[in-house]
Amino acid sequence: MKSASTKRKSSVATHDVSVASALPWIGPALLLIILVVIWPVVELVRISFTDITIAGSLLDFHGFANYRELLANPDLYPVARRTLLWVFGIVFFTVILSLPLAQLINQNFPGRKYVRWALIFPWAASVVMTSMIWTWILDAYSGEFNLTLTQLGLIDEPVDWVNNPGSSFYVLMAVAVFVSIPFTTYVLLAGLQSISNDIVEAASVDGASHWQTYRQIKFPLLRNALLIATIINLINVFNSFPIIWIMTRGGPGYETDTTTTFAYKLAFIESNMGQSTALGVFNFIVILLIVSLYLKLTKATRTEL
Amino acid sequence: MFLTSVRTHEELYAYPTTHFPQVWQWRNYLDLWDNAPIANYLKSSLIISISATILVLLVSLPAAYFLARYRFRFRGVFLLLVLATQMFSPTALIIGIFREVDFFNLLDSYLALIILNAGFNLAFSIWLLAGFFSSIPAEIEEAALIDGCSRVQALRKITIPVALPGVVTAIIFTFVAAWNEFTIALTIISSVDKKPLPVGLTQFIGQYDIAWEYLFASTIIAIIPVVVLFIAIEKYLVGGLTAGSVK
Repeated sequence: MKSASTKRKSSVATHDVSVASALPWIGPALLLIILVVIWPVVELVRISFTDITIAGSLLDFHGFANYRELLANPDLYPVARRTLLWVFGIVFFTVILSLPLAQLINQNFPGRKYVRWALIFPWAASVVMTSMIWTWILDAYSGEFNLTLTQLGLIDEPVDWVNNPGSSFYVLMAVAVFVSIPFTTYVLLAGLQSISNDIVEAASVDGASHWQTYRQIKFPLLRNALLIATIINLINVFNSFPIIWIMTRGGPGYETDTTTTFAYKLAFIESNMGQSTALGVFNFIVILLIVSLYLKLTKATRTEL
Repeated sequence: MFLTSVRTHEELYAYPTTHFPQVWQWRNYLDLWDNAPIANYLKSSLIISISATILVLLVSLPAAYFLARYRFRFRGVFLLLVLATQMFSPTALIIGIFREVDFFNLLDSYLALIILNAGFNLAFSIWLLAGFFSSIPAEIEEAALIDGCSRVQALRKITIPVALPGVVTAIIFTFVAAWNEFTIALTIISSVDKKPLPVGLTQFIGQYDIAWEYLFASTIIAIIPVVVLFIAIEKYLVGGLTAGSVK
């Protein structure tokens, strides 16, 4: 990507052309986007303002009734508070843990390649598989985690980490952090690699220690990568579904639900399409806000590409 | 996980458990094909992922090329829409998606999954390929045009081969993303023989007596190829996922 960005400015001929001549080239992409994003969004909003039967047939315009019902649902508020903890907790710990990791794999050391491969593993493997693996590792009687703790003498009898109400949600969060670290680390690594060696050398010539160089030179230059990693993580974590669904189904009750799994549960388990779509629209707006923040801060689509 | 996949079923539920298997039951990898519909899951996953990948290529190659070479009105709007497909996960729109698929009478079909997987992974390919294309000097193509090539021929014979690393990365990324997709498949596929691996494998869970040894043998079969593929495209991943904003 790096060579791509330096070359393109000088030698690329770009022409202004009409929208009509663009259509054969970008038309199929446009059609696909309309089918997978625009249509579902319109449908979601439409249903949220409609009276819908359990069988799925739409009756008539319903105004904000679905929204009022949703807001009157006492289960919504604990779920919403938990979602805040979910999103900010996971993103915070992901970033805190990824910073040193990125620094580490940016160094040259023997076996670095294997560390990077190990890091890619939970990224490439489906979140579904990772969640199942953790369910097993944390299993009360047969899991590796309790076995190790018992042998170390830290616990006397098996603890059911995943299903114990005290630990359940934190276990899910920990798994989500584990899953989010690889992408975050790679973005930060890309940021570190874009820092020119001259600056770092100049700092050490001036007598700065490693830690000083990191804190005063590298960290400020990482700001952009850090922002992007944080915002994309906010979106991914907010949308996160498989971890919770596979490990606890949001249960017991709604004890480990976020607004994302709660909306899914309302629609497909409790057949409450009205409240579910109202919550869906709310979720959509949250993502929209984060995306506009991303656009504002990175100017992603305004750059040369 | 690997250690679990080679244990016997009795040993799995023995308590206290041990770090390493007492008996290395390699046969689990063979028995699995008879005891679980994994061949079906594998077939579904392959059909869906390969088709979605082809569709993404067909759609993103021309779009990326055009974005790299030309400026046109609404270009910014188009880029914004592309970004939207990357940012809005299917999960957030799942009810709308479900109703749309129902509207087209495509519930429980591969076709719906293929189109949706292609759509939500389109952005990565467009960002990445546009970056590659704009790094290739337009003069090379123009020379070909003078020699009598059509624009499409020039693209096919010159530009795409030069951008090959980008094309391969786009192929692998889309394949892996479609291979791992869970939420849409869970929602719109109902018959057992059409379920892809991630959805099929979760069916092992929830039974009283979970067959972990088969579950993990299957999981290993599902994971290894994609990890290898991802390692191959390691250095291009970030560029495509951050819309080129981290270089």
